Amino acid sequence: MRWRVRSGGAVRPGSVLRGQGPAVAVVSLGGVLGALARYGAALRWPTAADAFPWTTLAVNAVGCAVIGVFLVAVTEVWSPHPLLRPFFGTGVLGGFTTFSTATVDVQRLIDHGAPARGLFYLAATLLAALVSVRVAAGTTRRLVGRRVV
Amino acid sequence: MHWLLVAAGAAVGAPARYLTDRLVQSRHDSVFPWGTFAVNVSGCLVLGLLVGAAASGAASADVQLLLGTGFCGALTTYSTFSYETLRLAEGGARLLAVANVAGSVLAGLGAAYAGTALAHAFWG
Repeated sequence: MRWRVRSGGAVRPGSVLRGQGPAVAVVSLGGVLGALARYGAALRWPTAADAFPWTTLAVNAVGCAVIGVFLVAVTEVWSPHPLLRPFFGTGVLGGFTTFSTATVDVQRLIDHGAPARGLFYLAATLLAALVSVRVAAGTTRRLVGRRVV
Repeated sequence: MHWLLVAAGAAVGAPARYLTDRLVQSRHDSVFPWGTFAVNVSGCLVLGLLVGAAASGAASADVQLLLGTGFCGALTTYSTFSYETLRLAEGGARLLAVANVAGSVLAGLGAAYAGTALAHAFWG
């Protein structure tokens, strides 16, 4: 079976996956650590089914801020070990933050008679996530720029 | 035991996201982050299905921890979604950035509702 790319080349799944063993292993390990941290936060700061899901919002906002710092650092500042980005960016932060829980939280609030709260939560999560990643990435660039100059 | 269930789900969910993203991104030339979009929407479908199954009594608390908190939580990502949106906006593709946000949110919600409806069809 061949997977065509629009540029005209043919990429087989095997060639995309070949040599990915170490990356898959560190993404899996990082994902476990991130997910356990998220689960720990949910146990430490539980929110009722019909309440505003502050914990998931905070987890996602924090994860977005950290990825803003991390990815600017590893793509624009220094070249770390090639497995650091898959481990921490894809694994830990990807496992820590969650799009599915945030979305199903909105569905649950709407279905439990709190549609306004659900839509407010949806907008607040988006705003917190996008502002966090932007401010974190911009601040990292400024700090690094100052240090270099 | 609860922690082990979450860990087991995440150990599969996170690399599933990584490999799906690589496969999807190798199949198109656009700057739109279809890989993350695909895993996020798929995760919403599975979690919606699980929520419906739980409401029908077909999914135990343990299954919810394994598949919901662990697998779906690690399969989907808000951090990469935000970062890729920022990269689109910074790269001048503002329309694609808006499309990524609106498309992910709407498709995610639609998938979650579709999953729940499927669960009700299966388990009543």
